[in-house]
Amino acid sequence: MSDISLKKEFLKGFIRENPVFVLLLGMCPTLGVTSSAINGLGMGLATTAVLIGSNVVVALVKDLIPDKVRIPAFIVIIASFVTIIDLVMAAYVPALHAQLGLFIPLIVVNCIILGRAEAFASKNRVLASVVDGLGMGLGFAFALTLLGSVREILGAGAIFGAPLPFLAENPILIFIMPPGAFIALGFLIAVVNSLRERAEQAALQRAARQHEVTVKAGSGA
Amino acid sequence: MKRLESTLPNMFIVLTLIALISAAALAGTYSVTKPILDEQARQRQIDAVTSVVPEPFDNAPTDEAITVEGFKNVEIYPARQGDVTVGTAVRSYSNDGYGGPVTIMVGFSANGEITGTAVLSHTETPGLGAKMTDRAFQDQFNGMNVVGGLAVAKDGGDVDAITAATITSRAFCDAINRAWAAVEAAPAVEPAGEQL
Amino acid sequence: MEYLIIIISAVLVNNIVLSQFLGICPFLGVSGRLSTAVGMGMAVIFVMTMATIATHLIQNLILVPLGLTFLQTVAFILVIASLVQLVEIVLKKVSPALYQALGVFLPLITTNCAILGVAILVVGREYTMAQGVVFAIGSSVGFLLALYIFAGIREKMALLDIPKGMRGAPISLVTAGLLALAFGGFAGLV
Repeated sequence: MSDISLKKEFLKGFIRENPVFVLLLGMCPTLGVTSSAINGLGMGLATTAVLIGSNVVVALVKDLIPDKVRIPAFIVIIASFVTIIDLVMAAYVPALHAQLGLFIPLIVVNCIILGRAEAFASKNRVLASVVDGLGMGLGFAFALTLLGSVREILGAGAIFGAPLPFLAENPILIFIMPPGAFIALGFLIAVVNSLRERAEQAALQRAARQHEVTVKAGSGA
Repeated sequence: MKRLESTLPNMFIVLTLIALISAAALAGTYSVTKPILDEQARQRQIDAVTSVVPEPFDNAPTDEAITVEGFKNVEIYPARQGDVTVGTAVRSYSNDGYGGPVTIMVGFSANGEITGTAVLSHTETPGLGAKMTDRAFQDQFNGMNVVGGLAVAKDGGDVDAITAATITSRAFCDAINRAWAAVEAAPAVEPAGEQL
Repeated sequence: MEYLIIIISAVLVNNIVLSQFLGICPFLGVSGRLSTAVGMGMAVIFVMTMATIATHLIQNLILVPLGLTFLQTVAFILVIASLVQLVEIVLKKVSPALYQALGVFLPLITTNCAILGVAILVVGREYTMAQGVVFAIGSSVGFLLALYIFAGIREKMALLDIPKGMRGAPISLVTAGLLALAFGGFAGLV
């Protein structure tokens, strides 16, 4: 049973409660670093690392932190992980670190992380918190990589740095500039909303048919 | 296990502990990564100097950085082979970039001829001002004589500006001019010594 | 003159929301009505200026001299969080009216990446205290300006018939993009 709910926790962060497309959290880095797919992916993974780290520590020490000081305590824990990731990235992936720049320390104010610490890790066990962090983090990374890919394909005619035929010579420059970020994300969310709407309709119809079947079965008895 | 009560001593102790443990963890990580980061920075500087000074040199120019009074943020790196100065690299900047400050490295020969240029940092617009990092723009500077100042064609000079990015091109010239002004103002710095 | 350039750059040319992507969450979340937009904007101007002063002092009087710059992120966010708490407490006592007006926005400001972002930019660009304060005021005024214009547009949009898939966040984002495009026209002013 715990296997099934762990899987649910993981998928929740990825699809049903995707931090960017559904919950609309973490907008600043989403818009700020997605001028290319690799930057989006890098930022997503860095955030996931911080999220898992902070979720684990918070889940481990949740009973030792008096309720009144839990927010400052969470903040220090999160900020520490952010600094560690910042230093490690600067040392081992300097090119990516330079690209992401200011947005790496800004991970500390990414509402997703404090939100998960408060809403989940402080109330659940370590393993569940890890899975939650993984799900939300990878959901975030997925969203960023998707947006980054769209912007890179349209705005630079490339994907992960590899130039694409025709598009590379005719890039729509605006997509790698600020206005393009807003517009591309807006349309992506619109697409996601339409898909969710359709999925809901399909689920409702399924439920209605199921109800008919049980009613018929009941009355036919 | 019941959560610890929010009494004043508890809160104080817990926060202090968390702060101390965090500080320790960070100090530890920092001590591991600092040497790597320092070495990277040093290597970047040396690479930048190498890219603008075509002659081989065997000193460490960045270790002999010269700063000049009145030129904050400009550093002069003499490149030497033995006792002879074979080139002078200057790290300069301009605050007039479209998106903010632009930092460049430029190499000079004895008589004010540019031997090479490289962009160290910038925040220009991709596809427009960011094109200043293309060799197509920068190669035109090689061999140009900077005595008297460089300017874009629009301003009466010889520099071919980037299309639709005049401001960035002007900033690039501004940075080079600043670099040369520093070299001229520097005491006893020979841009390049006599070839023996 | 230099200060004028910093201000024009921060408010218009490199607007903190539309160009630097800082402060997006409150920008999207609080811009439904003009009155709330103004309230949030004023709160941000106040907190951002105070936070920049505080973090500048901490960086230059403590972190740098003691070689502790790696503690910057932790120190800055704690300073900002404490500052916001302090401002709330002081405001409650000193001006209950103002507290009522700004009150609900203040806790949100802690996680406003614009505050931390500007603090880091100021020390990163090695501004003096005076330049830093001017930059902070300029950036936060730019935030208010963008927020105000956006709120005005959204109030009008609420009366329009928008296609179902675009309602809410999508149309807001596209509108913000067009606004960013408009602000792009300020380039070259400085």
